[in-house]
Amino acid sequence: MATLFDINLFALSGQLLIGLINGSFYALLALGLAIIFGLLKIINFSHGALYMLGAFSAWIGLEYLQLNYWWALVLVPLGIGVFGILLERTLIRPIAHEDHLYSLLLTFGIALILQGLFTHWFGSSGLPYAIPEELQGGTRLPFMYLPNYRAWIIMFSLVVCAGTWYLIEKTKLGAYLRAGTENPQLMQAFGINVPLIVTLTYGFGAGLAGLAGVLAAPIYSVAPEMGSNILIVVFAIVVIGGMGSIGGAILTGLAMGVVEGLTKYFYPEASNTVIFLVMVLVLLTKPAGLFGKEA
Amino acid sequence: MNLISKILLASALVASTSAAQANISDGKVKIGVMGDMGGVYAEICGRGCVEAVQMAVDDFGGKVLGSPIEVISADDQNKPDLGSTIARKWIETEQVDVINGSVASSVTGAITKLMTEHEKITLISASASHAFTTKSCSPFNAQWTYDVVAMANGTVKPMVQSGKKKWFFVTADYAFGHALESVATDVIQANGGEVVGAVRAPLGTTDFSSYILQAQSSGADVIALANAGNDMVNSLKTAAEFGVTDMMDIAGLMVFTQNAQALDPAIAGGMKLTIGFYWDMDEQTREWSKRYMARMGGAIPSMIHAGTYSSTMHYLKAVEAAGTDESRAVMAKMKEMPVEDFFSRNGFLRKDGRMVHDMLQVRIKKADERRDGNDIFAIENVIPGKDAYLPLDKGGCDFALSQN
Amino acid sequence: MNNKMLNLLLLGLALVAPLALYPVFLMKALCFALFACAFNLLLGFAGLLSFGHAVFLGTGAYVTGYLMVTYGLTPEVGILAGVGASALLGFIYGTLAVKREGIYFAMVTLALAQLAFFFYLQAPFTGGEDGLQGVPRGKLFGLVDLSDNLNMYYFVLAIFIAGFGLIRRTVHSPFGQVMKAIRENEPRAISLGYKVNQYKLLAFVLSATLAGLAGSTKALVFQLASLNDVHWFMSGEVVLMTLLGGMGTLWGPVLGAGTIIAIQNVLASGPLANYIHVIMGIVFVLCVLAFRNGLVGELQKLIRKNFN
Repeated sequence: MATLFDINLFALSGQLLIGLINGSFYALLALGLAIIFGLLKIINFSHGALYMLGAFSAWIGLEYLQLNYWWALVLVPLGIGVFGILLERTLIRPIAHEDHLYSLLLTFGIALILQGLFTHWFGSSGLPYAIPEELQGGTRLPFMYLPNYRAWIIMFSLVVCAGTWYLIEKTKLGAYLRAGTENPQLMQAFGINVPLIVTLTYGFGAGLAGLAGVLAAPIYSVAPEMGSNILIVVFAIVVIGGMGSIGGAILTGLAMGVVEGLTKYFYPEASNTVIFLVMVLVLLTKPAGLFGKEA
Repeated sequence: MNLISKILLASALVASTSAAQANISDGKVKIGVMGDMGGVYAEICGRGCVEAVQMAVDDFGGKVLGSPIEVISADDQNKPDLGSTIARKWIETEQVDVINGSVASSVTGAITKLMTEHEKITLISASASHAFTTKSCSPFNAQWTYDVVAMANGTVKPMVQSGKKKWFFVTADYAFGHALESVATDVIQANGGEVVGAVRAPLGTTDFSSYILQAQSSGADVIALANAGNDMVNSLKTAAEFGVTDMMDIAGLMVFTQNAQALDPAIAGGMKLTIGFYWDMDEQTREWSKRYMARMGGAIPSMIHAGTYSSTMHYLKAVEAAGTDESRAVMAKMKEMPVEDFFSRNGFLRKDGRMVHDMLQVRIKKADERRDGNDIFAIENVIPGKDAYLPLDKGGCDFALSQN
Repeated sequence: MNNKMLNLLLLGLALVAPLALYPVFLMKALCFALFACAFNLLLGFAGLLSFGHAVFLGTGAYVTGYLMVTYGLTPEVGILAGVGASALLGFIYGTLAVKREGIYFAMVTLALAQLAFFFYLQAPFTGGEDGLQGVPRGKLFGLVDLSDNLNMYYFVLAIFIAGFGLIRRTVHSPFGQVMKAIRENEPRAISLGYKVNQYKLLAFVLSATLAGLAGSTKALVFQLASLNDVHWFMSGEVVLMTLLGGMGTLWGPVLGAGTIIAIQNVLASGPLANYIHVIMGIVFVLCVLAFRNGLVGELQKLIRKNFN
């Protein structure tokens, strides 16, 4: 077996690949968070709760409405998007012009409410959700067994991330979006409905979180606290990537997945913490994040 | 040491004199039930535990020695500081005589210390740590239901003996996980097996694939999951997903009925584990469980709920027999009377506070074996209490040993 | 004059409170009130949002708890040691954090707090998830037995008054004025020749020290120190307390902490126990949407509206 300095290279490649898969989850969640912050300057602490809501919606769809995984993949993000729009219209809009702190606290409160309600309704044990039949099984690579569903996650989320990045950075719609948040008065004067753009952006970000929830349902247990566990990590990723940087969030998400994977191999106890170490180092050396523009 | 010998002396005196006089402090017996009402252990011991205690009180007739029995409950949120605050308040201002419930070992630890200080009994029906009857034992602790030793013995020993010699641990990185791992390691080594590796995963890890991969490349026969709740569910799901279940055995060292129910039978079916009670074991268990389910909107009871009922009932019987609610006299009676009910078979409360009773080795049923969603386990084996629990002389509980 | 009367009245109330209310509950409220005041010194007066303040509370608690369990120190020495440790950690973390501003400052403090959390989770002396249990309350100066709840209560009250008094003096001192100037207009403060970062660091260390004092005291009251004290949820909770009471006001955090502790206390044993997180969430949302100035802030507004 190939070894280098007593490190099993085969095992290491396996860990790297797994890190990349987790990273694509992070990327998807970080992307939504970064869009909402970059375009709306809202620190969305309810992002984790929306992710949890996505997973639960998929489960409820399967259990009560006979909607299979594929339907959930389409419908749930739309539903969570609409839910996000409602949140934005009713609760977040009134404080949008205030200090960041308030949107952070408000969305944190919303997250507590959602998590509390779902714990009350569904309990905390976690609900089972089977991997769709089409994606069961796996492929034996030289260094590991890769389940098909994991391969699907990595491909699907990369496509979604790339598509979103293209939409925002390269299309006319994206240009409106960016301009509308940079200088709302001017855009309003040009006859563009800025509040609508803001609402839709929040809805889109929320939809991405819902999508990640559906993707997660078959492999992680569908549980009320799934969102709060991952949120703070994803948050760190957005900061490391540079708050508001769309590309930065995607790349950092993937990279942090790999860093975490390596930590799980060398020092597993610290795997939850390593991202914060990176965050401290980045913030102290490159305050605007790896890909952020200096203010 | 000094305190303990004083207590023992006093308890001997009280036991000899108290039977004659029926006295109940403050004119009532008050039971405090601590539980996790909205957190990760809510289904293990939350509202279900409160209901189980209330049920025991109702079945007992609501009165003991002519005095009413009261039940109060609180949410400890699995926080030791909150649990100890509530317990302190109960002792100092609410005249609580005994506490039952409390899942998280950290909370139970804080409570038992406080209760012992105030010479009051704690019924430990939900916590897994065996410290309460070994190194942190107290003459006021009575631990029901199960503990980590019983779980490890019941699940690990038969597997090692059947030739599965090499073990790999996926351990939750906190006190409970470490304890489970170390207890199971002892069992493995004592039966001629070896531990080829272990990985410590932080509590609440969402993705176990990395750890499962390490387990897979370790060349072990069995992967032991020394974790609980969502950690257990997630690590098992991941093992199935990565095709590990076809190559190696998985041993869940701490699987509650609710977890087994939530797991996809395609993944968990066939897995063997240990429990202290199964609702569908015989007529007696079914009769009690049906009544419990009627109170709980159809949710089946786990061993924790049944154990909570059983310990409460035994306590009340002991109060009646002792003719007082004075803790030492009641505890003496509790240890004197056998514990025999729908929950406990061949049970008795040992000197160190361990309630020794028969445990069940069960197998999670596959989908085609199940009548309905509540049909979860097939009972494979009954483990006699003395084989399941740590023997008294190995536990190192100082006051119980010096008594001999 | 009016103020002095009010203070005396409050003091009188605090002195007789244990006759009516359960002392441990009062002590808990006082500890958290001190913690919230310390946090408010940073957020309300210096405009710095630390999202990892629990780490100073926890450090105080762990160090005091550990020393008292292991070496049987008297409570005042144990508390001094805990406070010293928090101050030192505050200096280290503060030095790193004040280099950044706004949301990045909050993020540095959060990340540093996570690192400290990991340390306390792994370090053998903390007892991990079980926490450090059985901390003796000891005898104050070797004389007064603190295991008596009333003695302990007056000791905690004295600590609180000392801490609160220090904060009050700080806010009204020239140093406090500079802090406010920095909060309102940092570039202007710089152009006036103030070494802004030094002022921020000093405020940070002071806040950390007092948070540590709250933690050390709390460890004695509950006779334990646990991971909850250093968890980021605790950092969130102190933000809620301060916000609810009214940040930037002297009494706001006290009222906020008292309210939250009372809500938790009532909910824990009531029929709404299942909804505790939901209710806390609703308090958060209402605070932000309806009364952003907090209880004390709104009260002041009301008084101004009706009496001017």
